[in-house]
Amino acid sequence: MAYITLPAGKPGMHGLLAFRPEMAPPLCALTDALLRSEEGLSRGERELIGAFVSSLNDCFICENIHGAVAQQHLRAGDDFVEKIKSDYQNSGASEKMKALLRLAESVQQGGQFVTADQVEAARLQGATDLEIHDTVLIAALFCLFNRYLDGLGVLSGDTPVTFRERAADIVSRGYCR
Amino acid sequence: MPHIALPEDLIGIRSLVNYRPDTGQPLYALAQILLRHDSPLSTGERELIAAYVSALNACTFCTCSHAAAARYLFQDEQEAVDNVLRVYQQAPISEKLKALLAIAGKVQADARTVTAEDVARVRQQGATDRDIHDTVLIAATFCMFNRYVDGLATGTPSPDDLNAWSVMGERMGTKGYVI
Repeated sequence: MAYITLPAGKPGMHGLLAFRPEMAPPLCALTDALLRSEEGLSRGERELIGAFVSSLNDCFICENIHGAVAQQHLRAGDDFVEKIKSDYQNSGASEKMKALLRLAESVQQGGQFVTADQVEAARLQGATDLEIHDTVLIAALFCLFNRYLDGLGVLSGDTPVTFRERAADIVSRGYCR
Repeated sequence: MPHIALPEDLIGIRSLVNYRPDTGQPLYALAQILLRHDSPLSTGERELIAAYVSALNACTFCTCSHAAAARYLFQDEQEAVDNVLRVYQQAPISEKLKALLAIAGKVQADARTVTAEDVARVRQQGATDRDIHDTVLIAATFCMFNRYVDGLATGTPSPDDLNAWSVMGERMGTKGYVI
C-alpha cells in the first residue's frame, strides 16, 4: 500500500500520474525528450544511465523497468545490464560510456561531486557537450523519479515477465501517450 | 566555469533551459505547475520546502533563489524563511509544515527511509494526501534541479549578493517560471 490513495490498477509512475494528471504532460515530455532522443547518445545508452542511477538509489521499480528497456534497445545479452549495475568498469561497455557512467555516479551522490577531471575524462573518450549535458540531466531526473516512487511508498506488483512487457511497450510507443 | 559551453549572459537554471529548450520547456512547466498551480500548500510554503531541500543538497543557486522567492511570498513573515533554513523545528511555522519538512528531509537523504509513522504524524497535523504528495514531489524535483545546476557547474552569484537574490526572488514570486 502506498502512503496515499492512488487509482487502482495502474503500476509504478502510471498511478502517480493518474493521481495528479496535471503533472503528466511536462514529466512525459521531459522523459521523452531525454530518453528517446537519438542525437548523441542512443536510446539504449540513455536508458542504461537511468537504470544504473536507479540501482544506485536502490529503486526497485525504476531499475527493473529501465533495465529492461535498455536491454531491449541495446539487444544486449541477458546479463549486460546487471554487469553495468554491479561493476561497470569491467562490463564491456565502451570507454566513453564508462566515463559517462562515472559522471552519472557522481551526480547521484550530489551535483558538487562532479569534477572537472571527470568531465575531461569523458571528453577524451569523445563525449560532446550535449552528451555530457544529457548524462547529467538523465542522472538527475532519475534522482527525482526514484524519490517520487519510494518517498510515497509505491510498491511494485510486477514480475520479470510484466517488466519485460511494459518495457516493450515503452520501446515501441515512448513515454507520451 | 560551467563544465559545458552554456549561454554566457545567463546563470544557473536559466543557462541550462536555454541550452536545450526541448528539455528546458517541460522543466519550467513542471516547476510552474508544482510551485504555482493549485495545492493545499501555499506558494510560500512550497518555495520554502524547495529552499530547505536545496540547502540540504548544498546547492547555493537553488537555496538562495528559492529562499528569496519564499521571502517575497511570505511578505511580513519573511523571517520565518531564514529560521526554517537554520533550525526548522524552532521556526514560527505550523506543526503541519514542520512534519512535512521532516518528510522532505528524508526524501532528500534517501526516500526509502520515509515510514508509515512519518506519514501518520503529518496526518495527525491535518495533512491530506495532496499535502503529502506535493511535499514528496517538490523534494524529489529539487533533488533533480540541484544536481542539474551543480553537476554542470553553472554560474551562481555570491550568496552575499542580497540585492541580486532579492530581484530574482521578486521575479519568481510575481512572474513564476517562464522561459
